[in-house]
Amino acid sequence: MSAVEVLTAVLVLSGSALALTAAIGLLRFPDTLSRMHSATKPQVLGLLLVLAGAAIRLRGNIDIGMIVLTGVFTLITAPVIAQRVGQLAYREHNVPDELLSVDALADRENPQRSES
Amino acid sequence: MTAVWVAAGVMLTAAALLTMIRLLIGPSTLDRLIAVDTTVAVTMCGLGTWAAFSGDTTVTYSLAALALISFVGSVSIARFRVPDIKDARR
Repeated sequence: MSAVEVLTAVLVLSGSALALTAAIGLLRFPDTLSRMHSATKPQVLGLLLVLAGAAIRLRGNIDIGMIVLTGVFTLITAPVIAQRVGQLAYREHNVPDELLSVDALADRENPQRSES
Repeated sequence: MTAVWVAAGVMLTAAALLTMIRLLIGPSTLDRLIAVDTTVAVTMCGLGTWAAFSGDTTVTYSLAALALISFVGSVSIARFRVPDIKDARR
């Protein structure tokens, strides 16, 4: 195995291991926000690791551009989804109070419940 | 090198199956939405692994398409779904 193959194997295996740990966390964590924390691992870091492995393996090919584009799309869209889902989870009381050390949204979200 | 691909495939398959368990038992709609997002992410990881394994670049276009379609789907669900509990603040 050459050095490039070893690098590809390490990157792909790390991405797959991140996906597996995220799935285990998704099953075991107690509330929605913790599950979001676990679910973002393969969405961003795992996918980027696997794509980096694929890009190294396919180096010199013209279709590398699509792989880079996929990574950029993922980096742009993941925070939008996380923000929407997190806001909805907070508003529907899916966050247990005993797991929060500081509720930074308490002043802003609680007084007017009909807002937004 | 074959062992690497087999290990990656086994880990990704196990991740997809565990995520589908959460998709089935998830108590709220948001949990299911997160599970669907994770399933799509694992699928994209699998497609990238396939591209690295076979040297086949035709799947890279489906990677970009999946990234965009999953974003539109998740935002639509988060916007237009029916809340689970009665006194939800919307």
